[in-house]
Amino acid sequence: MDIIYTSLLGAALTLYTLSMVTGFVHLFRPWPKALAWSKYSIQAGFAFHLLAFLFRCGQTQTLAVTNMPESFSFFALLLTMAFLLVNRKKPMPILGTFISPLLIIFTLWAVVTSHTITPQPPILKSFWLPLHVLLSFAGNAFLALGCGVAVIYLLQEHLIKKKKIKGIFRKLPALQRLDELNYLCLRLGFPLLTLGIISGSVWASYAWGSHWSWDPKETWSLITWLLFAALLHGRMNSGWRGRKASLLTIIGFAAIMFTFLGVNLLLSGLHSYVH
Amino acid sequence: MHIVSLGLNHQTAPVETRERLAFKSEALPAALQQLKEEAGLSEGLILSTCNRVELCGISHDLDQCRDKLINFLANYHQIPSETFADKLYFHTDSDAIRHGFRVASSLDSMVVGEPQILGQLKDAFFIASESSSTGLILNRFMHRSFFIAKEVRTRTKIASCAVSVSFAAVELAKKIFGDLNGMKVMLIGAGEMCELAARHFVSQGVEQVLVTNRTFGRAQELAGEFSGIAIPFEKFRQELDQVDIVLSSTGSPDYLIGPAELAQALKKRRNRPIFLIDIAVPRDIDPKVNDLDNIYLYDVDDLQEVVTENLDQRQQEAQRAEVLVDLEVVKFEQWLASLAVTPTIKELREQIKEISEQELKKTLAGFPDLSSKERRRLEAMVNAIGNKFLHHPLNYLKSQDGSGESLPATTIRKIFHLTENESK
Repeated sequence: MDIIYTSLLGAALTLYTLSMVTGFVHLFRPWPKALAWSKYSIQAGFAFHLLAFLFRCGQTQTLAVTNMPESFSFFALLLTMAFLLVNRKKPMPILGTFISPLLIIFTLWAVVTSHTITPQPPILKSFWLPLHVLLSFAGNAFLALGCGVAVIYLLQEHLIKKKKIKGIFRKLPALQRLDELNYLCLRLGFPLLTLGIISGSVWASYAWGSHWSWDPKETWSLITWLLFAALLHGRMNSGWRGRKASLLTIIGFAAIMFTFLGVNLLLSGLHSYVH
Repeated sequence: MHIVSLGLNHQTAPVETRERLAFKSEALPAALQQLKEEAGLSEGLILSTCNRVELCGISHDLDQCRDKLINFLANYHQIPSETFADKLYFHTDSDAIRHGFRVASSLDSMVVGEPQILGQLKDAFFIASESSSTGLILNRFMHRSFFIAKEVRTRTKIASCAVSVSFAAVELAKKIFGDLNGMKVMLIGAGEMCELAARHFVSQGVEQVLVTNRTFGRAQELAGEFSGIAIPFEKFRQELDQVDIVLSSTGSPDYLIGPAELAQALKKRRNRPIFLIDIAVPRDIDPKVNDLDNIYLYDVDDLQEVVTENLDQRQQEAQRAEVLVDLEVVKFEQWLASLAVTPTIKELREQIKEISEQELKKTLAGFPDLSSKERRRLEAMVNAIGNKFLHHPLNYLKSQDGSGESLPATTIRKIFHLTENESK
């Protein structure tokens, strides 16, 4: 059975890699079809990734986020979905190229690690858990997408400020477009993250009898939330934009990654997968 | 039958010479008529722009063609031919075809890749074909020229980047603002370059133009041209927060705008970016403002550098375009060659038809009692002999792609005495 899961995930990984390569070809070489290739392969990669995930859910009989590799694969899936959704509203295919390294790392991790199904501790079985995970992950996916936009913004801004207006300058979008998209990601991601934390808190009160227990994951989520709350406030009320907003988005993304990865690897708490 | 072209351009002749040989477009129909008569051309075309004057046509006698064309120019413009003859280029056959394709594709232009020449060539062709001075060959030649020009534009990046300072400014503004609809531009000073750049911006959707100048009257005058607003010079700094793009070109010896003014403006406009273009020498805007977030400053040297780089890129793309042109030249020559054997084929057919009819007449005169059915049988037989006899020679001719003077066509014409027939 695992061979099916691994194959589907492997196909997704290959297509994401193809998308990244063709995306960079588009940036650095005059091959007109490269961008279309990049766009279609990320879409196909998403389809395989979704199949792999659904198959895994069937195997585990729950939302397949029972261990770290699965979680990261799920996060990558949501990140691709966030990209495809945003891309429909405000087309910017080149953004796919900038998030694809992240997709590749996370999917690769899920492919190469062991595929034993971790039995769920009974304490985690509840309707609130999948909801909490889904909302927080989706929120973080949009914010991570915003980080991809921020990276392109800083790159393009650097090129314009330093007057290197040739080569990839022509291939990258306009600053204003990037800033708008960064804001859009924030406006989508932040409410989802907020709901994720609230639903988590509701679930915690059922599972552990307390809404908030200051375990490292909760603390870091709060830090992340406060960072993005500050950014949203700054954007709405103080005219934060452009470079400043982009830098903050990237710092916020680093906090997300730490909440995700660092907390589990370095600090132990209620949210650890292995107790 | 040869395609010929004779002319001069910005590389071979100074503007004084080009001016004197230029044709007015309303005078072209008459000039075309005169050209064909005096130079013995069966088809003719005149292209006259500020960078070039060219005569193109179909000639059947190459020996004196060049002299006749020069004489035509001298007669038409009433100037002695010695004054310009050494500045002319003269191309025939495949060189003339290549030259025509290169001109149309803007590979021969002063700024390689600038598309105006194609429009001018289309106009020249329109006039020539309206006055019936083009025929089968030039019509196709021109259509292939337009086709190859389009190919070069779409398949190379020859025209993809700005090669003038004002276009470079527009291109940059688009990479900052995305699109320029609803943007506001401020002109400080009223230099020509500033005005030109402002026109480009307006054509790209800029909504409003503010103009300021030390002489308020001049500001009002210029503002009128853009249906914009004139601002007294002492007050323009207070308006900086209103505008997205600033074009400056005053004669001021000192900086007019520094970081302090712009920091204030940014605060008022909640950090929405401002793009400043300083065309003045000495500069009007303190280069330190470029260190501010959301401020983008380019001076005339920065833009000039962009333009130079883009020109280099065009030169590289031009080499790719030459390959496309070469391919098309070969194709056109093949078409011409197939055209050249067509008359031979036609005359051969006519000759055998004539012989058959004559012989049939003679024979039938001796048999007055034949029924109409028997007559038709005889006619069919004679025609069949003729057609079958010609079958192989014609196939051989059709497979040749030499020109009209090539060996197969010439030999066959000699063998069958076709040249004699033609001259009769």
